[in-house]
Amino acid sequence: MSKTLFDKIWDSHVVKHIANDPDVLYIDKHLVHEVTSPQAFAGLEKRGIKVSRPQNTIATVDHNVPTIDQHLPIKDQLSKLQVDKLTEYCEKFGVTLYGLNHPYQGIVHVIGPQLGHTQPGMTIVCGDSHTSTHGAFGAIAFGIGTSEVEMVLATQCIMQPKPNKMKISVEGDLTSGVTAKDVVLYIISKVSTSGGTGYFIEFTGSAIRSLSMEGRMTVCNMSIEMGARGGMIAPDESTFTYLRGREFAPQGDDFDKAVENWRKLYSEPDALFDKEFNFDAADIEPMITYGTNPGMGVKIRGRIPSIGEVKDSERNSLEKSLAYMGFQAEDELIGKSVDYIFVGSCTNGRIEDLREVAKAVKGKKKANNIIAWIVPGSKQVEEQANKEGITRILEDAGFKLRQPGCSACLAMNDDKIPAGKYAVSTSNRNFEGRQGPGARTMLASPLTAAAVAISGKIVDPREIVGLQ
Amino acid sequence: MSREKFVTIVSTAVPLPMENVDTDQIIPARFLKATTREGFGENLFRDWRYDSNNKPNADFVLNNSKFLGDILVGGKNFGSGSSREHAAWAIYDHGFKVVVSSFFADIFKNNALNSGLLPIQISEDDLEEIFNAIESDSKEKFEVDLTNQTLRIQSSGKAISFDINPYKKECMLNGYDDIDYLINLKSEIEAFEMSHR
Repeated sequence: MSKTLFDKIWDSHVVKHIANDPDVLYIDKHLVHEVTSPQAFAGLEKRGIKVSRPQNTIATVDHNVPTIDQHLPIKDQLSKLQVDKLTEYCEKFGVTLYGLNHPYQGIVHVIGPQLGHTQPGMTIVCGDSHTSTHGAFGAIAFGIGTSEVEMVLATQCIMQPKPNKMKISVEGDLTSGVTAKDVVLYIISKVSTSGGTGYFIEFTGSAIRSLSMEGRMTVCNMSIEMGARGGMIAPDESTFTYLRGREFAPQGDDFDKAVENWRKLYSEPDALFDKEFNFDAADIEPMITYGTNPGMGVKIRGRIPSIGEVKDSERNSLEKSLAYMGFQAEDELIGKSVDYIFVGSCTNGRIEDLREVAKAVKGKKKANNIIAWIVPGSKQVEEQANKEGITRILEDAGFKLRQPGCSACLAMNDDKIPAGKYAVSTSNRNFEGRQGPGARTMLASPLTAAAVAISGKIVDPREIVGLQ
Repeated sequence: MSREKFVTIVSTAVPLPMENVDTDQIIPARFLKATTREGFGENLFRDWRYDSNNKPNADFVLNNSKFLGDILVGGKNFGSGSSREHAAWAIYDHGFKVVVSSFFADIFKNNALNSGLLPIQISEDDLEEIFNAIESDSKEKFEVDLTNQTLRIQSSGKAISFDINPYKKECMLNGYDDIDYLINLKSEIEAFEMSHR
């Protein structure tokens, strides 16, 4: 049978297959961070075993670190303990750690691709659901739990049932002001927050192809918000161009040889998927969420659905989320007042995201009612923003860049949106309390967040940047 | 490393008839700072269980002494969101041995199985019936028999069968974990690595 991109990579990594059992899958790259790994390292200690392939394991600190004064000792003692534990374990087990003062430190899903660790055809895991980000390079990348982190540390393998395959195709040209984030929020609003469960997604179509690597990462990043195990995009010239010259990518002739192999990574035209969705790029507009799961998104000029419009089984969820958000069914989103904007996270904390924000706010001023947190995804992104003058543009417009980390995306550190406040956030989850207890999150693109920061309320970003 | 073996349970159940219960609700991120697996039960459903002044919220089911037991029954798409295994640990640490729903998020399901917490997926109609049974009598008992893969409603005698991967079933029943199995595959893994290069 003709293989999909997913089949090609999965099948070539199966160490052992027994019918009806989970496959034993070999993992090429294991990314580790401070929150979901200490218990796994402790498990190795207890068993008296080593990390099987330390050279294929990369660690960093991101979830729990402060985004100001990173040169000072971490004040929160529990956070400090987690970071110290990871440091201690990495030393003990010989794992490379990009710690707080390392020039490569950053959000694990931002640094992997940026350093060239992430490559087409690989299997990549991390104890974090947004590991799906790396699928943008034509890799099988997925999030795992701590017991699985321990398995991979111990054996470089994981036990996984092979998921079903889904194809999501977006054909046509995206209109101006519509970004990768809008594409994926649109898809999730159609597929729903559980529609992808049990599947691994391949994103295809001319609109997907037209996205930069960073845009593709944004799309694959949010595959998990449909419940999918992961999402991926076949590698092409954009992929190879992005990777060429990156520190940990193959170099020189080895790179050209690698590209020859990477070119074989695509779904055969007659390969079968278990489920397919087709979307028209022309129907996608800037998107925003109004509820408490990422599937509750609408076009920014749209309205919140009425209770009658949703399925019976979803009514309770809708009513509960609207009560939490302080919204009414059928409300318009445009014009609603906002208190915070957050630009950052593994979804939208890369250099292109900061460029987009800088371009939108250049020569303008942040509205007085808005508190803005702009958090680069890594030290390298921060450095690049300084070099390109982005930091300066942002400062002139009344913004300030913080230091790299996951920050307000999950509010483990002090970057919490206060209860009852509205945040337009470029992150990936609008769950109750995700950005702080009682925080009200509205997910959107960096461009929309920038436009909101300038106008102080929900606005169609195309108006602010003169596209309409 | 062995775990507790899963034995047949007869217990009342705690209903949580909400859809899309995500892992951020099960255990909010700010409680993920521990470096051990124990103690997360204290903060299970923290922001639903307690108000902003840390007072128990009387409306929430875990604060209602009418509902107790080893079985948590949740609405559709239980455990969506983050990959934090801490969510499964928190449920287990609180004292639950089984979670029942009509649909589980993938990572949560794996995490539960790896933590000794049995996820039982049943049809929406059967789930409805279980919620109704608990609603009409909070003392209603349920029997979970993993060997025969059945969930029985005691008063009516109705047995609902459920699926589980045979390998995972063996692991749960015998208290094995995947790492024991994988470590034994060392030579096969090394042979794979040689051919994979």
